[in-house]
Amino acid sequence: MGIRTLVAMLVVALVVIGALATQESYKVFMPGLLQGAVLTIEIAILGSLLAIVMGVLAALARMYGPAPLKWLATVYVEIFRGTSALVQLFWLFFVLPQFGVTLNAFLVAVLALGLNVGAYGSEVVRGAIQSVARGQWEASTALNMSRPQMLRRIILPQAFVAMIPPWGNLFIELLKSTALVSLITLSDLAFKAQQMNQNTFKTIPIFTLVLLMYLAMSLVVTIGMRLLERRASLGLARGKAA
Amino acid sequence: MTEQPMVRFDNVSKRYGALTVLDGLNLDIARGEKVSIIGPSGSGKTTVLRMLMTLETINDGVIWVEGEPLTHMERNGKLVPADLAHIRKIRAKIGMVFQSFNLFPHMTAMQNCIEAPITVLGMKRADAEARAAELLDMVGLSEKKDHYPSQLSGGQQQRVAIARACAMRPKIMLFDEVTSALDPELVGEVLEVIRKLGREHDLTMLMVTHQMGFAKEFSDRVCFFHAGKICEQGPPNELFGAPKNERTRQFLHAVLEAG
Ligand SMILES: Nc1ncnc2c1ncn2[C@@H]1O[C@H](COP(=O)(O)OP(=O)(O)O)[C@@H](O)[C@H]1O
Ligand SMILES: [Mg+2]
Repeated sequence: MGIRTLVAMLVVALVVIGALATQESYKVFMPGLLQGAVLTIEIAILGSLLAIVMGVLAALARMYGPAPLKWLATVYVEIFRGTSALVQLFWLFFVLPQFGVTLNAFLVAVLALGLNVGAYGSEVVRGAIQSVARGQWEASTALNMSRPQMLRRIILPQAFVAMIPPWGNLFIELLKSTALVSLITLSDLAFKAQQMNQNTFKTIPIFTLVLLMYLAMSLVVTIGMRLLERRASLGLARGKAA
Repeated sequence: MTEQPMVRFDNVSKRYGALTVLDGLNLDIARGEKVSIIGPSGSGKTTVLRMLMTLETINDGVIWVEGEPLTHMERNGKLVPADLAHIRKIRAKIGMVFQSFNLFPHMTAMQNCIEAPITVLGMKRADAEARAAELLDMVGLSEKKDHYPSQLSGGQQQRVAIARACAMRPKIMLFDEVTSALDPELVGEVLEVIRKLGREHDLTMLMVTHQMGFAKEFSDRVCFFHAGKICEQGPPNELFGAPKNERTRQFLHAVLEAG
């Protein structure tokens, strides 16, 4: 889908939310839902940042690190890919305190979701690095660059373009998994919706608004990633027409 | 005592599994010498250059550069396999130009030429740019300095690649079939740049080529490879004019037929 279509969808979603919010039966829910949405967005953004850091570090450690780091990164990736985000949330929130480490719920949410998505992200980073032509490594070697210099200046900038679309998918996955944090006492968008629904039984307005809000958020991610991709591939694609 | 050779392959072997690609190669190259390597496909020509550029490890023997071991280093009077720091120190003397150019696609011609001088040699940007501008001028591409590789023809890309390699001031330059990927009408411009490089710079040059005419006119010596060994070598006039070895004769005959 083109960026224009996506932007049009986003505008429609926002307009519909705005229009519904003026209706008496919907209005009352808006402050609570928006409050929940803010928490959802906070967790999604911080979780995504952590996922990027963990994804890059784990990929580099697995590909180029010394044996212990390699091992550590592999264990991390396999554990967080092989178990569900829900179990990880519960473990960090309910089990870790038994070992004397108590973290607040917000921190647990960011950690669990960031580490979970970071594990998938490391595979994305690895695949993108491997997709860079071998000749690029060889040319950098012939110019006597060190491994870190090659990665930083030559390989990662090229791999970056290939990473953007799959990372976009992961960010949206992460955004949707934030709904899980309601199970560890956090009042995110999904939690607020459930709570209001239980109190008022106004299922249609509440969940229609919530649906549109999640849709708007994920459209923002998708559009942002598309723009980033377009910018990043400019140098590479420039003159593909030439 | 005579001067150290610039490059010495001392009984070097390279194997991939059970396949012996180079079998006890001995080859000395003098300072400033221009040596061409010719031979049939699969005879190990590229491998010779890649080993010298340290893109491949070797299984036996030692490669020396200006009297210092490249593949090894001295420890307590013995030669042990070189570590990366040692390899990088010696490798600084060598540059290479590839058949497929391998320019950095996310950088302009100018950026391609200043990247390593800045990051590896620690040059100031202004100095690196001044040197790169000179080199791009030498290869006739001053006007294209802000173009990306995808905006350049194959011949132009290869000339940028030559400028980029020169920017590191190597003493030895390796060329691996640098015109093989080019359309015929673009071959001349690249060969012209290599000629110029040979004249203006005191470079030692080792090139794998299928351009027999160029090898004959340009080289001080031609080595004919066959099945991982130097089958025959000598001054171009002798090797092309009066090849002694039957295999050389057959190869030259086949190449002349085709060309
Ligand atoms: N990475 C590799 N793995 C296995 N065999 C290889 C590899 N690289 C080269 N070879 C083999 O080594 C031989 C010599 O290759 P090469 O030096 O490229 O020959 P040339 O440049 O003379 O055509 C060929 O038989 C080739 O198939
Ligand atoms: Mg070859």
